[in-house]
Amino acid sequence: MALLSVEELSVTFTARGRKDATAVDGVSFDVDQGQVVGLVGESGCGKSVTSLALMGLLPRKGVRIGGRAEFDGQNLLGISERKLRDMRGSQLAMIFQDPLSSLNPVVPIGIQVTEILQRHRGLKGEKARKEAASLLDRVGIPDPDRRLKEYPHQLSGGMRQRALIAMAVACAPRLLIADEPTTALDVTIQAQILELLKELVDQEGTALLMITHDLGVVAGLCDEVNVLYAGRAVESAGRRELFAHPTHPYAHGLLGSIPRLDAPRGEPLNPIRGSINDKIAWADGCAFAPRCDHYTMECLTGTPELTEPRAAGHQVRCVNPVLPKAEVPA
Amino acid sequence: MSLLELDGVKVHFPVKKGLFFDRTVGHVYAVDGVSLSVEAGQTYGLVGESGCGKTTLGRAVLRLNDITDGAVVFDGTDLAKLPSEEMRSFRRRLQMVFQDPLGSLNPRQNIESILSEGMAAHNIGKDQAERREKIKEILAKVGLPSNAMSRYPHEFSGGQRQRIGIARALVLEPDVIICDEPVSALDVSVQAQVINLLEELQESLGLTYLVIAHDLAVVRHISDVIGVMYLGGLVEEAPSDALYAGPRHPYTKALMSAVPVPDPEVEDRRERILLHGDLPSPANPPAGCRFHTRCPWVQETKCATERPPLLDTGDGHKVACHFTAEIEAGTVKQTLATGIEAVVATEAVAAEAVEVSEGDAEVPDAPAKTEEPATVPAQADAGEAERAEESPKA
Repeated sequence: MALLSVEELSVTFTARGRKDATAVDGVSFDVDQGQVVGLVGESGCGKSVTSLALMGLLPRKGVRIGGRAEFDGQNLLGISERKLRDMRGSQLAMIFQDPLSSLNPVVPIGIQVTEILQRHRGLKGEKARKEAASLLDRVGIPDPDRRLKEYPHQLSGGMRQRALIAMAVACAPRLLIADEPTTALDVTIQAQILELLKELVDQEGTALLMITHDLGVVAGLCDEVNVLYAGRAVESAGRRELFAHPTHPYAHGLLGSIPRLDAPRGEPLNPIRGSINDKIAWADGCAFAPRCDHYTMECLTGTPELTEPRAAGHQVRCVNPVLPKAEVPA
Repeated sequence: MSLLELDGVKVHFPVKKGLFFDRTVGHVYAVDGVSLSVEAGQTYGLVGESGCGKTTLGRAVLRLNDITDGAVVFDGTDLAKLPSEEMRSFRRRLQMVFQDPLGSLNPRQNIESILSEGMAAHNIGKDQAERREKIKEILAKVGLPSNAMSRYPHEFSGGQRQRIGIARALVLEPDVIICDEPVSALDVSVQAQVINLLEELQESLGLTYLVIAHDLAVVRHISDVIGVMYLGGLVEEAPSDALYAGPRHPYTKALMSAVPVPDPEVEDRRERILLHGDLPSPANPPAGCRFHTRCPWVQETKCATERPPLLDTGDGHKVACHFTAEIEAGTVKQTLATGIEAVVATEAVAAEAVEVSEGDAEVPDAPAKTEEPATVPAQADAGEAERAEESPKA
């Protein structure tokens, strides 16, 4: 039984006088204890909205949420706000993309860290402060006692993100959701933060749901990868399988369009044509069809089903997947 | 003779304090003595992390920032000393493509108006009709439909807006285009389109590029020569392939090892060089080698006192490090750990880390940490400090 099991999650934003906007359109995935699962996709694919829906952070009004998200036997989408408040921070925790705007600018770091310890672990006063200092130390912030008294603007970007990670792991949550945790950071700092996350997951056995647009980050960190496009998972597989045999034309195209540091130079990239705006509703067919090189009329006859054309556990939502020519039976 | 040559360019921003008398209390050394040359028809890539001064340098070439010292020689003329009136006419030949495609296009001007403004200013084309013909031709070149002329920036997608930015530079028939993070605001699938476009245009029009970006993979893909910047200075410069095949400066090594590669096989095999701490503030750069506070190979002699010059080590591979040869020969020891210890172990738990790493062959025998003084200046957000023309309350 998976720790978190998301089934057909959908999120639709509604506003009077406007067409409904479906940001997430039936996403399913599982996260096991101690596993790192990646949600990858470009802007507008619904990866962040998925994480907000799981944490119950979407506004109550103007949003329609469907599907189920079982966490430890409870449906996260159906439980009361009071109960969710107890779980957030202690069972589930989240790291956001922009560390500056996720910290309160007028409150010292120390108070923000001890707040969680008071709320969920009942620590007070000197005890809480000591624990907070050891948490900052754990995530590699030098001189934690001084840092606790400082305000977010006094920390560098990398340190703010570390502070956020310290807050997220303060109560040893069972599931950590990281939404683009390194996008705002430089590569050398990104490498530090990713190593730190890897270490935390290894040591504590925390499950990590990693949301990112960077396939390089996914390749180094995730066990399972889900590629999202226009609100739906189009391909899911173990990371080795996915990167070795990208089978959905979108995943295939995405990997072909990234300049790689270790690839031979001089060859032009193979971009995917058009942009995310050229899409059709999943209900009418494959949303990627207008940009796809493999597109046929078959693609416009309703949502393609998930199939496993290549290997067990490697799911692809496509009627004309990219398969190696040699494997086609003669 | 190179088309564009920079010689010892410095851009220092004064840090001012006080309400009535703008006392200058210090300087942000955004660019501190950079010399490089860009050959005609080639692409020079400038990489570095935020706060290293790469954008300031690009802007200084066009004199969008004042140059404190040094020379920018373009086609035989020193732009740094040119009166602004004459500089203006040179700007036709040196154009810029900006990072944020929406922010750099006026939302109230349609595309025709945006593109013809520069042409009118530089007296290109007799009348609007002639300019319109030219614009149509350029729009086709950058892959936009000709009906784009009457539309406004918000009607385009990010990739298309960047194409408009490129078209705006192209209508003036420049010799050099300075591209400041041309693709970093775009999604990967669209990034590739713009990168290919830039390459095609270079081929067909014989353009010279100075590409400024933080993404090493993108820069390597399009550049002939790459310069790596750290805290206002070049630390390494080499032909693109040579730099990738054998980075020599410790910073470049760390930078390259940190770039994620979308291939699990590669990711699992390679060894990361993790750096300690953050970029020091350019308002208060470390003495000697700028990188010595974070360098895993920092030595007791020279590093903290003497700034290494950028020297040619053969085949046009230039490095600014006192100990390049020694590090490669293995005669100097690594003094700071580069494994996970660099990230989690701080002073308090350093002893523990040493214990753990004893059985670990990866760490050479001096993991006992040299104290890292001033590695992290309290207020250091280097990215902000670069822009800190006003007082950053330091």
